[in-house]
Amino acid sequence: MKRLIVCIKQVPDTSDVRIDPETNTLVREGVESILNPLDPFAIEEAVRVKERMGGVVTAITMGPPQAKKVLQHAIALGADEGYLICGPEFAGADTLATSYTLAQAIRRLGNAVLIFCGKQAIDGDTAQVGPGIAAHLDLPQLIYVRKIRKINKRYIVVESMTDTGYEIIRSTLPAVLTVVKEINEPRLPSLKSAMKGRRYEPNVLGGEEIKADFNRLGLKGSPTRVVRIFVPEQARKTKILTGNPEEIAVNLFSSLQKEGVLRCQ
Amino acid sequence: MPVVIDKDLCIECEECVNICPFGSLELGPSGLECSDTCTLCGICLDVCPSEALTLPDVPEEEIDLKDYKDVWIYGEQKRGSLHPVVLELIGVGRELARKRNCRLGVVSIGNRLDQVLATLKHYDVDDIFLIQHQQLKDYNSEIYANLLTDLIREKKPEIILSGATLRGRSLIPRVAVKVRTGLTADCTELDVDENTGNLLQTRPAFGGNIMATIECPNRRPQMATVRPRVMKTASPLPSPHKNQVVQNIDPLLSSLRSETEILDTVDSLKETEDLTEAGIIVAGGRGVGAPKGFRLLERFAKVIGGVIGASRAAVDAGWVPYSRQVGQTGRTVHPDIYFACGISGAVQHLVGMQSSKIIVAINKDKDAPIFNYADYGIVADMFEVIPELIKYAERRVKR
Ligand SMILES: Cc1cc2nc3c(=O)[nH]c(=O)nc-3n(C[C@H](O)[C@H](O)[C@H](O)COP(=O)(O)OP(=O)(O)OC[C@H]3O[C@@H](n4cnc5c(N)ncnc54)[C@H](O)[C@@H]3O)c2cc1C
Ligand SMILES: Nc1ncnc2c1ncn2[C@@H]1O[C@H](COP(=O)(O)O)[C@@H](O)[C@H]1O
Repeated sequence: MKRLIVCIKQVPDTSDVRIDPETNTLVREGVESILNPLDPFAIEEAVRVKERMGGVVTAITMGPPQAKKVLQHAIALGADEGYLICGPEFAGADTLATSYTLAQAIRRLGNAVLIFCGKQAIDGDTAQVGPGIAAHLDLPQLIYVRKIRKINKRYIVVESMTDTGYEIIRSTLPAVLTVVKEINEPRLPSLKSAMKGRRYEPNVLGGEEIKADFNRLGLKGSPTRVVRIFVPEQARKTKILTGNPEEIAVNLFSSLQKEGVLRCQ
Repeated sequence: MPVVIDKDLCIECEECVNICPFGSLELGPSGLECSDTCTLCGICLDVCPSEALTLPDVPEEEIDLKDYKDVWIYGEQKRGSLHPVVLELIGVGRELARKRNCRLGVVSIGNRLDQVLATLKHYDVDDIFLIQHQQLKDYNSEIYANLLTDLIREKKPEIILSGATLRGRSLIPRVAVKVRTGLTADCTELDVDENTGNLLQTRPAFGGNIMATIECPNRRPQMATVRPRVMKTASPLPSPHKNQVVQNIDPLLSSLRSETEILDTVDSLKETEDLTEAGIIVAGGRGVGAPKGFRLLERFAKVIGGVIGASRAAVDAGWVPYSRQVGQTGRTVHPDIYFACGISGAVQHLVGMQSSKIIVAINKDKDAPIFNYADYGIVADMFEVIPELIKYAERRVKR
């Protein structure tokens, strides 16, 4: 059976993330873990492709044991099966090691025709894992896809966003896609699928099962190191402009001129 | 070294046997075998339905950091002209090269790069590498990545910077994986340790709540994409550069292979409306109320030379296209001035515009969170204030 693979990630809800001002570290307590908000679009698109062409929607995630929750979420959203790539060997992975791991898992699962990723994950915001997977598997990459125009057994035609519009690209299959929010409106889980998700126990794969080179996993396989974390300076001092609209206009434009960002006469 | 066959995955369909141009693959009594005549061309990988074939891992060579030298910039171009971010990278790249006492190079890939070359002549860049070929007219992530990878392997630069444009963020991750090195996305600050050569790459993470400094101590090159409009644009030289070394690199034909083809390019926005490059953005949110309200913002944008942005609420309401959305699920922008009109200031919106130089918020609710992040706050109905701003700007603002 052809596989439509969706890579999903569990992330901390960034609207909750705080920094302990004393220790300058992230306060993780009380921060909820959620499915990366860009990933439901990837799941939905995979499900839609399956509805047109058949196949199995396989959600995969590399993460700690509790990341099984996002796989359950994916099942509720319409995925057929989930794989948790989990083990101490994967800890501390940067985007190079993460994309290697996912690529290796995809290879082991086999039969992939399309691999979907979200545009980016909201914790790291790197948007590097999708193109990284494509590079590891030596597959074409279709980035910032806002629409699948056509798909058949041999190829796919997509609209891929650019800075000033979009390109229509045709690619052979298999291919890696990263999707933007515009691509679809994810459906809400039905009562039945929500229930199915809650009961779902994902398959777990370790480094051995995906036949990985252990030197390329986790911290060992990660060339980058975070050497410092700090809180950005909140340099802005808000100045509230008052008066009637006319006074506000005068006031605002003379301030903007003083800041050197606008020229008035 | 022949291709690697995973016998557990192989379904013995012989697709690869039929396609191998060198006759290296054969189905024997103990399954599929590959002989030493294999050139690792990879064609069999493409036809294998079960992903049973892989190219052998190039053994991790112990890299000697000292072999890697010089700072490179990826000279992104579109239709033959240089992307403005490249000049910003030349500014910061020059500083890094000075600290490392090495050369600064720009690599550009495309079809006719005369204009790129003409522009670069006026900047303080030591080396220019041009890869030109008619097949390189349009950007293609596979081909461009192959070519940049080939050049990196040959010349061994220590540092490579690229703009964190949509293109840069598509191309560079692919290259970094191919050369197996570290990559830091969307940096807003760069420095280098003069002794070790380690690049100190600082970037926002967790939705801009924290900043992280990242190093890549044991691999080279060190690669980073850099946010446009954050670094200062380099000043042109008083007279054209005299000792610039220009090298035309012939692409390897095997690197010009791609599985994708651009059928058409649709530019729905004029170049000047590109949000990531805009100097002034007038953004509207739910408070704009209706598409009609955006006409008012458009008039304002026009008189001050800005472009329209929007919050997700305005996009979801269908008042503006998604390409205008600023924030976590939209674009990240960094204009000189960001006007937030009828936008409450949700974190997901803030992430996308917090690094604007000056933020002006217009909101009728004095407790709206946006006021905590603005330089100038106007507590008022935007429909009363903006017409006045337009009136004033029409008379006084120089474009
Ligand atoms: C996963 C996820 C991703 C998201 N990604 C994004 C994103 O990329 N970008 C984004 O913007 N949002 C994003 N959001 C949504 C975000 O949380 C907010 O819902 C959204 O930004 C609110 O838009 P708003 O400020 O326009 O609307 P509101 O929050 O409704 O604010 C409207 C404001 O307008 C003011 N107002 C009303 N009338 C007037 C008037 N006449 N004059 C002046 N002021 C007036 C009101 O006082 C109010 O403050 C995301 C949310 C989630 C969960
Ligand atoms: N650990 C992971 N497991 C599975 N998918 C991931 C993981 N990390 C990133 N991804 C995928 O890659 C996309 C981009 O993530 P990033 O490159 O981290 O911004 C996400 O939207 C996911 O689809």
